[in-house]
Amino acid sequence: MKRLAWPAGILAALLLVNLIFTDHFFQIEIKDGHLYGSLIDIFRFGAPLILVALGMTLVIATKGIDLSVGSVVAIAGAMACLQISTLPSQDSIGGVLGAIGIALGLAVALGIGNGFLVAIVGIQPIIATLILMVAGRGLAQLITDGQIITINSAPYKLVGGGYWLTLPFGIIIVAVVLALIAFVTRRLALGLLIESVGGNAEASRLSGIRARGLLIVVYAFCALCAGIAGLMISSNVSSADGNNAGLWIELDAILAVVIGGTSLAGGRFSLGGTVLGALIIQTLTTTIYSIGVPPETTLLFKALVVTIVCLLQSPAFRAKVFRSRRKPAPPTVPAGEKVTVRT
Amino acid sequence: MFKKIMALMAVGVLATACGGGSETTAEGGAPASGGGDSTITMGFAQVGAESGWRTANTKSVQESAKAAGIDLKFSDAQQKQENQIKAIRSYIQQKVDVIAFSPVVESGWDTVLQEAKAANIPVILTDRAVDSADKTLYKTFLGSDFVEEGKKAGQWLVEQYASETGDVNIVELQGTTGSAPANDRKAGFAEVIGADPKFKVIASQSGDFTRAKGKEVMDAFLKANPDIDVLYAHNDDMGLGAIEAIEGAGKVPGKDIKIITVDAVKDGMQALADGKINYIVECSPLLGPQLMDLAKKVLAGETVPERVVTEETTFTQEQAKQALPTRQY
Repeated sequence: MKRLAWPAGILAALLLVNLIFTDHFFQIEIKDGHLYGSLIDIFRFGAPLILVALGMTLVIATKGIDLSVGSVVAIAGAMACLQISTLPSQDSIGGVLGAIGIALGLAVALGIGNGFLVAIVGIQPIIATLILMVAGRGLAQLITDGQIITINSAPYKLVGGGYWLTLPFGIIIVAVVLALIAFVTRRLALGLLIESVGGNAEASRLSGIRARGLLIVVYAFCALCAGIAGLMISSNVSSADGNNAGLWIELDAILAVVIGGTSLAGGRFSLGGTVLGALIIQTLTTTIYSIGVPPETTLLFKALVVTIVCLLQSPAFRAKVFRSRRKPAPPTVPAGEKVTVRT
Repeated sequence: MFKKIMALMAVGVLATACGGGSETTAEGGAPASGGGDSTITMGFAQVGAESGWRTANTKSVQESAKAAGIDLKFSDAQQKQENQIKAIRSYIQQKVDVIAFSPVVESGWDTVLQEAKAANIPVILTDRAVDSADKTLYKTFLGSDFVEEGKKAGQWLVEQYASETGDVNIVELQGTTGSAPANDRKAGFAEVIGADPKFKVIASQSGDFTRAKGKEVMDAFLKANPDIDVLYAHNDDMGLGAIEAIEGAGKVPGKDIKIITVDAVKDGMQALADGKINYIVECSPLLGPQLMDLAKKVLAGETVPERVVTEETTFTQEQAKQALPTRQY
């Protein structure tokens, strides 16, 4: 829990900035039978990023990385919209579910492809997934024929832009996926197995863990998360844009994972941290729009905040900077990494 | 052996990237009028196929070449300058009569344009400009005037609110930061509305020319600014995204918040006809006929103006209803 203190503190600080500079930022009202307000927006627009980042967390825990999630987002959205646009009635629930099934199936197949390249062929994850990152956007444009596919389907609209019990539907999807991941990784042994593969794949294999199968499952799951995120993004604007949907989301997702305290070296991960990390990024974006940072300086502003966040997260940096003010503290070793040697 | 295979493959890849692989030749119809016994050959180096606008642009060039009886050699640079330079070099080697291209970026064209000039092949720029100091490197630049588009948007607004005495609160969705259309559409609009202090741009952010960003930014605008009168979006797509945000906030787009956009793609025209957008300034990709006309004039030795603006119009809701059935893109 202590590990989450820094990201949580940073998120609180960002919200505090909004409390000071933006009127009505914390105001939440009921409009047309659903919740409405800036905080709801952060969850609503942050939902796809949280999903992608959760999938990415598991991949990074295995010491891998998945650069192709942005392309998978575009492909899934394009596929679903293409299918729906060919339906005789775009409001038929069966047809929309079928389209969603095809899109997610395609996403999982692409993820299995990534897993195959990494686990069986033995290509480094960054290269293996780079292939799909580049080729996937072409594939998405091939599906949409280079155009933006616009649809008008009420059931599909629910996925990313709709509300259920006054809550944005996207948040509910995220909550379900998060609960599912938390259950299978923290209540069952899967989390431990993933961490052990990330720590040392060969040693895990020798101790009886099917590392290869596990890797493929993890990459497939990451792609599934990206696929769902792609459905949300395209549903939110009722259209599929093969060229721009999910552009650079892989970088935001990796950033969210790292801010959340998961090490890129693998072997350890924090789901709660990742959710906080993704929320920090989305809050930062919303803050920029709300307080009116000029677009020319937006990237610089983001970079500054991220730099501060990363520095605050670094124990070495904290030890150096805060040493003069406090009593010199010995370099802290997280409890989980302590090794006792019994003689 | 392996090395040899790799070398062969690398050569193959390069050859494809040169534009040789993706080149298509439109069949020439009737011989060109001014060209005597031989047909005119034009080499056209397109940027890519990154948007619906661009696809319509490509189609227009190909179709009007066919109609004008010009033999068109077409290459797609996939948004990469080096591919475009290679394509232009190959056109020079093939000794085409005229070269036309839409530069991916503004700078870095001097060398290859010098080569074309040395080979006595006239060059026409379409859609986007280059920043070469030497204006003799190309004959003319045919394309939209983005500043003018911004001005047209501003003029409509000024006319609509002529009798308004109170403040008019405007929010602006800019295109990709730093791109020429975003800079110029912003500048033209600001110039026209700047004459009257009642027009206030209360928020202006980049929506990257996409629907998703347009919606996200508009959602934030709506929360931070309770009374917005007018939205000015630098393209239709951002406007379409913003419409969803406005509807989500329980307001009526086109009535509670007036919307002005630029481009006039089909989805935008539909929204205009439906009353959700109030005014669209056209940015036409259909510059093929004008291009063929210019090419013929250049080859016939006539002088052409240094800058030719694409023929463009504006649409109100009524005009959109009429134009929609025949809209090509």
